[in-house]
Amino acid sequence: MAAQYRGTPTRAPDQQSAVAAPTAGAPVAVGTAPAPGRPRASRGSALAGRTTPYLLILPALVATAVLLGYPLVRNVIISFQTLNAFQLIQHTTQWTGFGNYKEQLTSAEFWHTTERSIFFTLANVALIMVGGTLIGLLLNRLGKRMRLTLSIGLVLAWAMPYVAATTVYQWLFDTRYGVVNWGLDKLGWHSMAGYNWLGSQFSTFAVITLMIVWQSLPFVALNFYAGLTTVSAEIFEAARMDGAGAWRTFSSVLFPMLRPFFLSTTFLEIIWVFKAFTQVYALNAGGPAGLTETLPVYAFVEGVGNQHYGTGAAISVLTILILLALMSYYFRIILKQEDEL
Amino acid sequence: MRRSLFGRTWPNVVALVLFVFFVFPVYWMVTTAFKPDLDIISTTPVFIPFHGTMGHFDKAVHAAGFWTLVRNSFTVTICSVVLSLLVAMAAAFAVARMRFRGRKAFILIVMMAQMAPWEVMTISVYMIVRDQDMLNSLVPLTLFYMMMVLPFTIWTLRGFIAAVPKELEESALIDGCTRLQAFWRIVLPLLAPGLMATSLFGFITAWNEFPLVLILNKESAQTLPLWLTQFQTNFGDDWGATMAASSLFTVPVVVVFLFLQRRAVGGLTAGAVKG
Repeated sequence: MAAQYRGTPTRAPDQQSAVAAPTAGAPVAVGTAPAPGRPRASRGSALAGRTTPYLLILPALVATAVLLGYPLVRNVIISFQTLNAFQLIQHTTQWTGFGNYKEQLTSAEFWHTTERSIFFTLANVALIMVGGTLIGLLLNRLGKRMRLTLSIGLVLAWAMPYVAATTVYQWLFDTRYGVVNWGLDKLGWHSMAGYNWLGSQFSTFAVITLMIVWQSLPFVALNFYAGLTTVSAEIFEAARMDGAGAWRTFSSVLFPMLRPFFLSTTFLEIIWVFKAFTQVYALNAGGPAGLTETLPVYAFVEGVGNQHYGTGAAISVLTILILLALMSYYFRIILKQEDEL
Repeated sequence: MRRSLFGRTWPNVVALVLFVFFVFPVYWMVTTAFKPDLDIISTTPVFIPFHGTMGHFDKAVHAAGFWTLVRNSFTVTICSVVLSLLVAMAAAFAVARMRFRGRKAFILIVMMAQMAPWEVMTISVYMIVRDQDMLNSLVPLTLFYMMMVLPFTIWTLRGFIAAVPKELEESALIDGCTRLQAFWRIVLPLLAPGLMATSLFGFITAWNEFPLVLILNKESAQTLPLWLTQFQTNFGDDWGATMAASSLFTVPVVVVFLFLQRRAVGGLTAGAVKG
């Protein structure tokens, strides 16, 4: 899912229809006489009627099998091969069994990168969810004009393409002429004048985190706010009458009501941050000295950069497995909901 | 309930600070693009540019191959979105309107495909495309972008189709339309807003895609996101030109996005709350 809108919530269609239905359906529906009884949908033979749905989903299935299924399988196949520049040019296939996996699972670098990726993901997602919730609550409290102003700011940040955002952040944090260093210097932090943000692991991660949080907050904040507007005022009133404070109202009333929202958003953000490649790679290519490589960047640098495609494929299979493990709880919920589809 | 003066003021103050936090990078990009070099590399940043110049845009637009890449980006984006709409419309119609064995399985496949980790699949995609001798071509790029936006497109269109009252279609059938005619004359016109919204989201995704084109295509077969990162490398400290390039790249997306934002937001929550 490379989507900027951060993917589709699992339950999107029903509400989409809720949005679309009145505008789309109403004018025509009024004038049409109700159909007398249920007409027979299919006039062709029963067989044709039964095969129609399969014919309709066939293109989508074929596309998914060829363009998504096959690359996934191929990825696993390559991960069992030694595939370096030599084998690539010679077009030879050299199997190595679990060699690539053994190499990775016993390498300190792989585990450091994994640890780094997971911490990076958790830190970002925590910041995004807490910050987004707070901004959503703030939006709910603001007057009309101020709310519109803040929303416009949020949408602008949301709309920024990743690559463009990355170049802008490089410029903001530029060592010599960056406005951030200038500002910190003016605020009395004189050692920050001429500070090289991309020179150390921690400061590079700080910039990447700021950028990712900046890009993601709008999605969470605006959606949470939209969710809040569906909670009726009486409920807050009732909570207040019962003597609930702000925190209590949130934790005992709001959170349980909007639980599905928090759940799906948190997991969407986990996927999104964990596989964030563009931002990390375009900002500093995993540097300095590979210290900010997250798993997707590590797979790319090892596989494509160093032309160890087999190794890169093994890393990417392991990355997918780790992502699946992180998401397993969410998948269980989806499967349980299957009945409602 | 009346609130104290402090209680009424602080939300606005915080909102203002947040507004600046979110807007400033965008503002800084656009203003830097218009500033003359002297204002860009001055020891005191110029926050409000009084002297504008189009020089940086001129430089960005005249950088080698710019127009080729613009054409590539538009070709790939538009073709992939149109293709995915066609494929998705058929599938979405089946899922929204028909009952058949394997329907749930199909929906699950779509949901899983939505989360496909494309960013870590680049190596195998590269090998597949290389086997077909199609590196540096726009065709595989178009096909894979089509696949990236397909699950989302099916998923949203399914909702839009379900929203069209079934009775409309049925009365058309009674009036002598075939099922295809009923779809073509009744459902499709009502779907127009939905198709628009869905395709614009696809547009944004394909327009911004970076990892795949990074590995598949070189030089004149690239798209704009790559151009932008390389522009920055090639022009080094020419921040004016870099910001002009970023602005040019961003403008189409922001226009589309402002247009769509309501739908996007309404989208997630209504369902989330209902559940």
